[in-house]
Amino acid sequence: MSVANPYLGKDLIGLEPLTAEQIRAILDTAEPFKEISERPIKKVPVLRGKTIVNLFFEPSTRTRISFEFAEKRLSADTVNVASAGSSVQKGETLVDTARNLEAMRIDMVVIRHSASGAAQFLADRIASNVINAGDGRHEHPTQALLDMLTIRDHFGRIEGVKVCIVGDILHSRVARSNIWGLKKLGAEVAVCGPRTLLPPGIHEFGVHVFRRVEEAIEWADVLNVLRLQLERMQAGFIPSLREYNRIFGITRERVERAPRDLLILHPGPMNRGVEIDSDVADGPHSVILNQVTNGVAVRMAVLYLLAGGAPEKAEAAKQGGGSE
Amino acid sequence: MNPRPILLRGGRVIDPSQGIDDVRDVLLAEGAVVGIGREIAPPEGTEVLDVSGFVVAPGFIDLHVHLREPGGEHKETIATGARAAAAGGFAAVCAMPNTDPPIDDPASVGFVAAEGARVGAARVYPVGAVSVGLEGKRLTEIGEMVDAGAVAITDDGRPVWDAGLMRLALEYAQTFDIPVASHCEELALSRGGSMNEGIVSARLGLVGIPNAAEDVMIARDLMLAELTGGRLHVQHVSTRRGVEMIRAAKERGIAVTAEATPHHFTLTDEAVDQYRTDAKMNPPLRSAEDRDAVRQGVADGTLDVIATDHAPHHYDEKEQAFDEAPFGIVGLETAIGLTVTQLVETGVIDLRRMVERMSCAPARAFNLPGGTLRVGAPADVTVFDPAEEWVVDPNRFLSKSRNTPFAGWKLRGRAVYTIVGGRIIWKGRG
Repeated sequence: MSVANPYLGKDLIGLEPLTAEQIRAILDTAEPFKEISERPIKKVPVLRGKTIVNLFFEPSTRTRISFEFAEKRLSADTVNVASAGSSVQKGETLVDTARNLEAMRIDMVVIRHSASGAAQFLADRIASNVINAGDGRHEHPTQALLDMLTIRDHFGRIEGVKVCIVGDILHSRVARSNIWGLKKLGAEVAVCGPRTLLPPGIHEFGVHVFRRVEEAIEWADVLNVLRLQLERMQAGFIPSLREYNRIFGITRERVERAPRDLLILHPGPMNRGVEIDSDVADGPHSVILNQVTNGVAVRMAVLYLLAGGAPEKAEAAKQGGGSE
Repeated sequence: MNPRPILLRGGRVIDPSQGIDDVRDVLLAEGAVVGIGREIAPPEGTEVLDVSGFVVAPGFIDLHVHLREPGGEHKETIATGARAAAAGGFAAVCAMPNTDPPIDDPASVGFVAAEGARVGAARVYPVGAVSVGLEGKRLTEIGEMVDAGAVAITDDGRPVWDAGLMRLALEYAQTFDIPVASHCEELALSRGGSMNEGIVSARLGLVGIPNAAEDVMIARDLMLAELTGGRLHVQHVSTRRGVEMIRAAKERGIAVTAEATPHHFTLTDEAVDQYRTDAKMNPPLRSAEDRDAVRQGVADGTLDVIATDHAPHHYDEKEQAFDEAPFGIVGLETAIGLTVTQLVETGVIDLRRMVERMSCAPARAFNLPGGTLRVGAPADVTVFDPAEEWVVDPNRFLSKSRNTPFAGWKLRGRAVYTIVGGRIIWKGRG
């Protein structure tokens, strides 16, 4: 059974409650773990004997696989539970699911759920460590951490870097986690998107708000381009995907007009030709695949720290020590 | 009926209906107030209760409760709700019709009235639905429901969305001189929302319900009340603009009354932090500015009535992700404590106004007997101790449900006796 560790507390629910030091500790811990994925034998015994459940109530490919690789490369025993075909679909409540997992004496739960607050809900009710892999519109902390690691890789720092998040901020947990995390580490943060897709009260987050993407590009060092979910058009938030691409799409023409070299991030999966054009996604400014690589390292770092590992011992642990 | 007369001796009698605020004795017999004065000599066989140090007021009336029966008996029943009301100092409650099936015909109105009478705790006045099945399509048999005991009509829980139907209801109800109580919510603006729209909802990633969802409907209903001359009762006002519009409408002479709930004059949307489903209700907890406007509305009488919107839900239903949990909190057993602590002790209103808002004004708004201790009036009395300190412990509620955001709060003010028709239905520490 797990206990709160001295570095992060029991759970990772979001970046809003973390301090800058805690966020830096995760990013620093991720550095030594990057190398594991470059080895021919991608496995270290850091979490040997730990059991982890990946509880995905919402479909996910990238995040689920990334967590699973992180867990397996650290030698944890993992079980995947997807909502389809599980007791969840038979009407079992979240609280009962949690209690049943608890009764099986697991160490950690990675949860993805469509309801904001679901990860907190679970964390409040079980003793195991809980990692939020995305809850509704609330937070997706590991995504923001991997975005930040990718930005830091490029600029060597986060402080002072100007990051604009473009697109559907309203429905985006990625946007919220990025805003909290980046601001805590001293970045300047802006958002840009149609007013219908910005949350009311967004100015109170301490971010710049750009109405037009051209203005955002003029200002930014980094664009983090969010996926536009097709349901948003059906729900009437935007009139058409075509118009969205015309007004807010990140096109090569727009990127080339930028006063400085832009770094382009996208949390995926992309709608090519909607929020981002292929020649940008596949072009020289894009670090979209670096993000994916960093995702595994960041998740390893989070797992290691929540299991009680110390940031300064990560390098040694990875050589075969196990975690504490 | 109590076998014996009751003399309430030495209490501070506050009866705004007669302009009384003084130490008096009150004698109750045969289900009615028979005397009020100094040093009344008790007739033989009278039960004499020393209530010195307490406030003796006309019985409190809660115009807005959900008793959940029929259909939601796992949350509350008429019996448990009426007893919870008595424990909270309420001599009477008005039961909302959004049960399953809804109270939308004379037979179901009669059931609620009969069950309330059978239980013999707080009086239970049925409120009938405006529209058949609460579907907002056609009017219920309002006249027959009134004959069966309905004291008002409402589709509470949802608005009467069709303005034309609301107009008809405000017109037709005039025949029976009953108010139309309105849950003001523009669904096209609130749909999918689970809390107030603002910085807290943005932070928590929850869909917000803007003030405008309530305000546009209040505006519409005030205009329809003016158009028709009907009696409008605006339920659970939560917004600053709502208070302002009702104030202006009253100045124009429109026949409107309005409610404030203890939770809306106490809490803000910050209470939702950590996804606390016990702070989820509709209308939602708003900003501090709105909360202060509701307090001001209670102070100046724009909001005539303090009503709880007692909305019990089972533990399991609230033990869910925030989006999925139902709206509503219980309120009957914390209303006096919250009103004294939040409004009286802070100087927003005095005890006389508190009695006015919780007894006299509700009686007038729905034309109910009571709301006065005049000789000859029903012997419905609330005796409360405005100084008693207590800690809210939901496990001790008589309500079947425990969904309150006030668990653990230290409050001042609590019912000592609740008397209905000359019968003591609740005795507190006494």
